[in-house]
Amino acid sequence: MNLRLPKITFWRAVFAAILLSGLYATYLRVFYGLGGSTNLSDRFPWGIWIAFDVMCGVGLAAGGFTLVAIVHIFAIERYKPVLRPAILTAFLGYLLVVVGLLYDLGRPDRLWHPLVMWNPHSVMFEVAWCVTLYTTVLFLEFLPVVFEKFGLHKPMEWIHRISVPLMILGVLLSTLHQSSLGSLFLIVPEKLYPLWYSPILPLLFYVSAIAVGLAMTIFESWHSSRAFGRALELPLLASLARVLAVVLSVYLWIRILDLTHRQAWSLLLLNRSETWLFALEMALTLVPTVLLYQARVRMDPGKLYACAVMVVFGFIANRLNVGTTGLEAGSGTHYIPRWSEVAVTLSIVASGFAIFRLIAGYFPIFEAHSAEGAAAPRELEAKEEDPVSVG
Amino acid sequence: MPRAILYDSTLCIGCKACEGACAERWGLPYDDKIAAEERISAHKLTAIETHGDRFSRRLCMNCVQPACASVCPVGALQKTTLGPVVYDAEKCMGCRYCMQACPFQVPSYEWSSRLPRMRKCDMCYARQSQGKLTACAEACPTGATKNGDRDELIAEAARRIAQKPGQYYNRIYGLKEVGGTSVLYLSAVPFEQIGLRTHVPQEPLPETTWRVLELLPDVVSTGSVLLGGIWWITNRREEVARQEGAPKHAGRPPGASKNTPRLEGAPSQPAREEGKHP
Repeated sequence: MNLRLPKITFWRAVFAAILLSGLYATYLRVFYGLGGSTNLSDRFPWGIWIAFDVMCGVGLAAGGFTLVAIVHIFAIERYKPVLRPAILTAFLGYLLVVVGLLYDLGRPDRLWHPLVMWNPHSVMFEVAWCVTLYTTVLFLEFLPVVFEKFGLHKPMEWIHRISVPLMILGVLLSTLHQSSLGSLFLIVPEKLYPLWYSPILPLLFYVSAIAVGLAMTIFESWHSSRAFGRALELPLLASLARVLAVVLSVYLWIRILDLTHRQAWSLLLLNRSETWLFALEMALTLVPTVLLYQARVRMDPGKLYACAVMVVFGFIANRLNVGTTGLEAGSGTHYIPRWSEVAVTLSIVASGFAIFRLIAGYFPIFEAHSAEGAAAPRELEAKEEDPVSVG
Repeated sequence: MPRAILYDSTLCIGCKACEGACAERWGLPYDDKIAAEERISAHKLTAIETHGDRFSRRLCMNCVQPACASVCPVGALQKTTLGPVVYDAEKCMGCRYCMQACPFQVPSYEWSSRLPRMRKCDMCYARQSQGKLTACAEACPTGATKNGDRDELIAEAARRIAQKPGQYYNRIYGLKEVGGTSVLYLSAVPFEQIGLRTHVPQEPLPETTWRVLELLPDVVSTGSVLLGGIWWITNRREEVARQEGAPKHAGRPPGASKNTPRLEGAPSQPAREEGKHP
């Protein structure tokens, strides 16, 4: 206890500092426009509010549809204990993506325009519709948790009746917009650096979203087990890590084939920042892939967690490369986010952690766990409190 | 009969009369300081650039198949049959995808405004639809900027090259670039030397995304059948298992569907993982 208190205070202070800076950045955004709060320019119109808040936000929430497909459509029931946290992560993730969009759009008051003003030729139009519909689906998929909490059996039956078409719709919508985030960049063949520009960008985005969805599931299980002092579903996560290793291998192989067919490997001989960023991204994907094939890594909570973190960072590196750094040379300009852009992004991430913790503490998110728990809680209790215990 | 602009760099004397006329037509401020800016922006929709002793002019290319209009999620940008690509600020939600997509980096944004708009040249759509010339063509004292029918201007450009082959670089910029543009360029030197982007693709850019988007109905229909079918198969197995008296989990909430235990068809490797752990 003596050790715990100052630690929590430290993280609370960090959390408060982030939110305060985010608040000031919000003031700048509202009163001084995008020009007063970002380093965007006519030649570089998209920054980290798109590349991180939207593109990474949507991807990191992919665990929702991946686990719904695994548990309910492929009926592999044993992954059920991690389904609800995944759906909650996805639901929160999408809500925070909308928050990010409100910052980034020049006219956030017109967020609803794509729903009534159609242009079916626009990838962005498709993404807008899919994200709107899928957020609704996620809300409905999350509702049973609320009904269960308050013992509402009638509405629970109603939602149960539509659950199958709902889940299929959710998986379809996710397939569409996860890949479409990649399609967004098909229109810039002369701007996006050839290590990233590929006609199969949609496929690459889709497969990497599935991978990072699984990694996020491991990530949040690990964190919540520490935050709530509950046992880690280690055997379950270890088997999920196997799936992750295979998905990552498929992803890496597709990328190798893609670079080979486009004869882009020789670009790696150039000593440019793009080469090193590509190498970083690849290392963060390749290393966990290799490690996760080893049972001793999968069955060690710390190592498993480290691998999940690497996958998440590899994914973020990829989206930032496609969305920002890979476009710099082609746009003839440099972009470094302003502090206010970073402050807003950090605030959104921090809020996500805090809201997740609040909801998970109040609603039965990890309910199914006690039946399945077979891990070693003894080990975990011995370790220190983690950053998620903020709030 | 789509309209176009032919800009002949060899005739341009850099007087910037086009800039002044353009600013007047849009009601934008124009003074010596703005005249000195050699870059288009939200307050300067056309700009004369100096490249050594040569001049060049930047303005919206009003592409034949514009990337900006294809990517706009709300259809705020439209290609008109007359040629100009027009913009409806009332629809625009400020996603700036048009700016990202434009291969010529033309659209500019009112970054410091609280209610910002995108700004770009619309080849004087209002004037041209009344049969008038664009403001810039009307103001040009040397004929370097000429406004007219696209096919006729292409023919005229070819004629100029043929008549004085020594004076011109033997190509018309805008003929094939991104599938053709409404602004055509003639120059004495290769186009990259007067600041034009020569690495743009020769195919229309909207094709790149449409190739994927047009698969959408196929993906949705096939995906529905596939996912629905997989569910039907796995669910059938559960029904069978239930009828054969497989034990049910008691006490599960009604929302937790399909509460049958492990199925035969499900992979068995996690059991092995579990076995490894003490």
